[in-house]
Amino acid sequence: MQKRIFHIESNDPVARDTFRLVLRTGGPVVMRSGQFVDIALPGFYLRRPISVSDVLPDGLVLYYKVVGEGTRLMAGMQSGAELELLLPLGSGFRPEKCRDNALLIGGGLGAAPLYLLAKELLALGKGATAVLGFNKADEICLADELRALGVPVHIATLDGSAGTKGFVTDAIAAGKPEYDRFYTCGPLPMMKAVCLALEAPGDVSLEERMGCGAGFCYGCTVITASGPRRVCADGPVFDKKEVLW
Amino acid sequence: MVAKDLSVNLCGIRLKNPVIPASGTFGFGLELAGSVDLGVLGGISLKGTTREARAGNPTPRIAECNAGMINSVGLQNPGIDVLVHEKAPALRKIYDGCIIANISGFSVGEYAHNCALADACPDIDILEVNISCPNVHNGGMAFGTDPGAAAAVTAAVRAVVKEKPVFIKLSPNVTDIVSVARACEDAGADGLTLINTLLGMRIDIRRRKPVIANKMGGFSGPAVFPVALRMVYQVAHACAIPVMGCGGVARAEDVVEMMMAGATAVQVGAENLRNPQACPEILEALPGLMDSLGINTLQEIIGTA
Repeated sequence: MQKRIFHIESNDPVARDTFRLVLRTGGPVVMRSGQFVDIALPGFYLRRPISVSDVLPDGLVLYYKVVGEGTRLMAGMQSGAELELLLPLGSGFRPEKCRDNALLIGGGLGAAPLYLLAKELLALGKGATAVLGFNKADEICLADELRALGVPVHIATLDGSAGTKGFVTDAIAAGKPEYDRFYTCGPLPMMKAVCLALEAPGDVSLEERMGCGAGFCYGCTVITASGPRRVCADGPVFDKKEVLW
Repeated sequence: MVAKDLSVNLCGIRLKNPVIPASGTFGFGLELAGSVDLGVLGGISLKGTTREARAGNPTPRIAECNAGMINSVGLQNPGIDVLVHEKAPALRKIYDGCIIANISGFSVGEYAHNCALADACPDIDILEVNISCPNVHNGGMAFGTDPGAAAAVTAAVRAVVKEKPVFIKLSPNVTDIVSVARACEDAGADGLTLINTLLGMRIDIRRRKPVIANKMGGFSGPAVFPVALRMVYQVAHACAIPVMGCGGVARAEDVVEMMMAGATAVQVGAENLRNPQACPEILEALPGLMDSLGINTLQEIIGTA
């Protein structure tokens, strides 16, 4: 884990309340899908943990949703502004655990880390299909980017304004994708439904309010099948079998 | 610039400098070994440890505040046996500074049991007894909020600890911290650490519920620094035993201020959580700050305010 200064290359709205943030730094950046960065924001005491959506040779692509005062401040940040990040943080997804075909299941901004995961899977010669769930069509993000990689994307919206009306589990039932392992990131109720509905093994990316983000304050502990685990350092990605619903 | 002497003498133990990550904000040191140069630290106060392993409180355990944060980790820890047999020996292998075991308990007997084991562990240098825990035999009232209960813990620990200095870590959630401090000193404490966190709370106005699952938690960060400094000043002037000052320390200036208030060593807490390099950065800044203030030896500024 290191502290590093990045500058904002672009910070653009891409869907309702959703921003795509491209950051550059001097020198190479090495991160895996499922890992996250912790961003210091001027005027706020704690950092904001945000999962990495793509890694550039000297930068990162992050997506964030404006949900509170911190992310509202981020939405107003201009190109060229500096941000101090801690990285890389957390465990990553395990694309190597997939035999042939992966199912990537995202809810809302949970789609973000699945983009980098799709790239990793394809680089390993595996196939991937994505199922992304949103409340409404105007929240959809990363679907075009995933399709551009050659990944088939099924959409579910709660109000039926795009794709299958209902939950990601409805879109999976409708699309019948082939997979031997799934990877999921999104709201807890969605991931619970996914884990209970799908028999295949899977990786689950959990979220919890964090203190240090780096494993030493024990502020984000969850109780797993193996006992208390830190979401920030032992996770955020856990095996489906570890997560107690 | 004249070479600066940052060393301090804490109960006969020479610390290369007074800067110590506070308990609960630095794990067992091991978690940060790959990211922080532990060797520069004067000491490390380890995560609070109870007799049995504890999973801690439900989440959310963390709430952000203006100039600080609330935590309600609930003493998640692997238990005293793991501390003395695994954590402390593992840290000693990579760190030669002062290792401080932070001991918690829910009864006087548990404090004594844990402290006896920590005293016998060759990889621990100082015992720091956290008396902010609720007493299960007295309706859950924290030991540290009553001079009599604080003295009872101190005396019980003092009776079983043969080797090492015993510091009592005081709670600020009291009307008169000096009376608690004096009670601990009279009961045989070798030193005092203060302050622990202030009891605080936040409410999520959208959900109309407390942010913290346990409703309340310990408030720390720069916002509490003036409160901590005031209490350190009062206690250092009222007691003859050394004080480790703690609470809202974030910069080299705060370290100097705490020492001028009477602290022999200074603990850095919440700041580690927002900046894991906080302690090394403070230590890097200290010699230059000392120079600008005309200080060559840190030890000589203790209690000069």
